[in-house]
Amino acid sequence: MKDLPHTTAVPRAINWNRIQDDKDLEVWNRLTVNFWLPEKVPLSNDVQSWATLTDAERTLTIRVLTGLTLLDTIQNTVGAPSLLPDAQTPHEEAVLTNIAFMEAVHARSYSSIFSTLCSTKEVDEAFRWSEENPHLQAKSRLILQEYNATADPYKRKIASVFLESFLFYSGFYLPMYWSSRAKLTNTADLIRLIIRDEAIHGYYIGYKFQRAIEHLPEPKRADLKEFAFSLMFDLYDLEAHYTAELYDDLGLTEDVKAFLHYNANKALQNLGYEALFPAQSCEVNPAILAALSPDSENHDFFSGSGSSYVIGKAVATEDEDWDF
Amino acid sequence: MAGLIYYSSVSGNTARLVAALGIQADRIPVRPADPMPAPARPYVLICPTFADGAGRGAVPKQVIRFLNDPPTRALLRGVIGAGNRNFGATFALSGDVIAAKCNVPVLYRFEMAGTETDIACIRAGLDKFWRTECSIMA
Repeated sequence: MKDLPHTTAVPRAINWNRIQDDKDLEVWNRLTVNFWLPEKVPLSNDVQSWATLTDAERTLTIRVLTGLTLLDTIQNTVGAPSLLPDAQTPHEEAVLTNIAFMEAVHARSYSSIFSTLCSTKEVDEAFRWSEENPHLQAKSRLILQEYNATADPYKRKIASVFLESFLFYSGFYLPMYWSSRAKLTNTADLIRLIIRDEAIHGYYIGYKFQRAIEHLPEPKRADLKEFAFSLMFDLYDLEAHYTAELYDDLGLTEDVKAFLHYNANKALQNLGYEALFPAQSCEVNPAILAALSPDSENHDFFSGSGSSYVIGKAVATEDEDWDF
Repeated sequence: MAGLIYYSSVSGNTARLVAALGIQADRIPVRPADPMPAPARPYVLICPTFADGAGRGAVPKQVIRFLNDPPTRALLRGVIGAGNRNFGATFALSGDVIAAKCNVPVLYRFEMAGTETDIACIRAGLDKFWRTECSIMA
């Protein structure tokens, strides 16, 4: 038997002992140490709390989680895999496949919440709703359009960072809100694990974007920045409608919007860009911030507010690294 | 006038905040082979956080190397921690770890590259802090 002609690149085994970009190893280590499965969260402890919600609150919650499931599904099957052909190192490819798989875990975990708390009928209705809701469908289509194989590889990264670091937050708001009122606290614990993962994904993809555009000529970089801000405007517009439709009845729309502005600015920072929304429109309800990062009070030694004068309590450190 | 020293990884969030502050500052290098700053006067340290879910690895290795030098450590007056609230309880944890290790206060915390509000607070706060420090030392 003859050897096949060598028409393609040499297949290469990944060597983790030869790293081109230290960020790949750092992020791989973070993601793998942070690995989790929904079974580790005792969701059934929320059954009683679920029973205290009104019908409208339950419908809202199921719809919000279904909307999040759709985003995770897209990122799992299309978004993260679509970045693979543009990877600059074999280690980046490995990190991206980890990201893709964790998105599948996230998407799967919402179904764990549903099977623990909800009836099949309620859940089926919500999935039907997700296929028919014009705002949810529009934002998904807008992102998928940028993920299309013919799209610009830089724009694909921008769209991916916006999904990871912005689009989830109209949904993440609700479990943080319930948690701040001591409701569905185990569900909130699970959502916090998802939020932690998405933060690393947005950071890493945004970092790779910054590296990728470093050597582009200035006009191309300016085009990409303009594209990013324009896509953010379009997505924000859809999110504002989506948010109003979901949250108006609870009177929470404006509160959610402040959270959207705050997260939109953080998504832009992941790409290395400045804020879009002014500070006064980003004043997130302190109860929501506290639900996001419990046990971590605001330190402001400078203005004399907060719990700042406390000089550290026992924290996890690697003592072998410290000489003193 | 006292100093400002910071660490920023290749993703550059902290470096962008420091640039926006417009205060002269020395950067702890990302690469171990590059020379460390050797402060000759008291300074405040700005440090981002890279902790895992359990809080391990919060302080970058290069910052630990920098602080392991006793004369350098002796001049540290306060720390500003950076991070992301999405990491929950480990948000800006590196500031807390350094504060506990070096017995200095956590002066402030901010997310990622900071907001306009953060930049104004840090600029005004550092100014006030150094004036107080000087009057204590005088």
